[in-house]
Amino acid sequence: MDQICVVALGWKMKSATTAPAYTLNHPRWYRKRVSTYWWLQRWEYLRFVLRELSSVFVAYFVLLTLFQIYLLSHGPQAYAKFQGLLKNPLMIAVNAVSFFFVVFHALSWFNLSARAMAVRVGGKRVPGVLISGSNIVAWLVFSVVVAWFLLRG
Amino acid sequence: MASTITLEVSRYSPETDVAPHFQTFEVPFRKDWVVLDALNYIKDKKDGSLTYRWSCRMGICGSCGMLVNGEPKLTCATFLADYAPTPVRVEPLRNFPVVRDLVIAMTDFMRKLQRVKPWLIRKEEKPLSEGEYLQTPGQLDVYKQFSMCINCMLCYAACPVYGLDPLFSGPAAIALAQRYNLDSRDQGAKDRFPFLSQHDAIWGCTFVGECTRVCPKHVDPAAAIQQYKLTAAVEWIKSVLLPWGGK
Repeated sequence: MDQICVVALGWKMKSATTAPAYTLNHPRWYRKRVSTYWWLQRWEYLRFVLRELSSVFVAYFVLLTLFQIYLLSHGPQAYAKFQGLLKNPLMIAVNAVSFFFVVFHALSWFNLSARAMAVRVGGKRVPGVLISGSNIVAWLVFSVVVAWFLLRG
Repeated sequence: MASTITLEVSRYSPETDVAPHFQTFEVPFRKDWVVLDALNYIKDKKDGSLTYRWSCRMGICGSCGMLVNGEPKLTCATFLADYAPTPVRVEPLRNFPVVRDLVIAMTDFMRKLQRVKPWLIRKEEKPLSEGEYLQTPGQLDVYKQFSMCINCMLCYAACPVYGLDPLFSGPAAIALAQRYNLDSRDQGAKDRFPFLSQHDAIWGCTFVGECTRVCPKHVDPAAAIQQYKLTAAVEWIKSVLLPWGGK
């Protein structure tokens, strides 16, 4: 009977071995669209987006520092004039927000460093706390040295 | 303590429904019941048409992964007592097509898993007469964490990157690739490299870290991906700097 159907209708026989694979776009499978605001639905996602967004503020501080160095090369007056601009309340507010995000950026990445680095000593894996902790301590020591260098008067 | 608890279960019948809806069931509340026990109770006593996957009931098979109150969980290891007296909402895993009720289609994952070649690759098998490939406890320890994966898909349900970009290979597939790359008996790291080092594999990961948080076996797929990023970066630098291309 199958043979007759095949011949009559020109169908190709589909045995168990030649059955088609699952289609990825099965018409009856329900697919939920990811909301544009998926990052607001969970704190963990929002924290991730804030961490990514913090890169913008890191870039801002880098550009600000480079610009200050550029002004220094144009003499003390140009630098002092820009310093006056930085004392503007709006600039102080922008820098305060930027500082918060830069600290957030640094801390979140230092905390994640333990995951990215599988350090082994004597065949045993070094605990993550030690890797993150040593990064944070090194960062603090370096920051204190820089602060001392800049603020020593 | 209340004698019953409410379960809000996502239902989807491909024959009749356009989209899933919730159906509410009252089930007995017992301190030692997990969400899977409640689902089995519904199937046995209330509605035999409820469809879901389960098998071992002890966190080994990885079949019963679902969203419990929005969080990817193994329902065999999620106690009702942790949610009582508030209703417990059970949905199919996020980021996958729903076949029926709580059953998702995992075809995409199976295809990706195959592409990372999750098996021991040897350039040349040694003869049986030479015995097994020996391994020290230290060598085992290097990859053991990644070998604990039970393919439960919770990490894919937690990963927003996979939700937004279905081409992303995803956490479990990469973690399993790394499990074999780190195995002292394996010689297939170079075979896996072309697939793993492409954009849709390791470089698609933005290190959200949710895969690691929800993993019931503490595999830490996020770590596997970041560690392989380092390997791939070193390989790339070698290919640029060394005259023989780091081969």
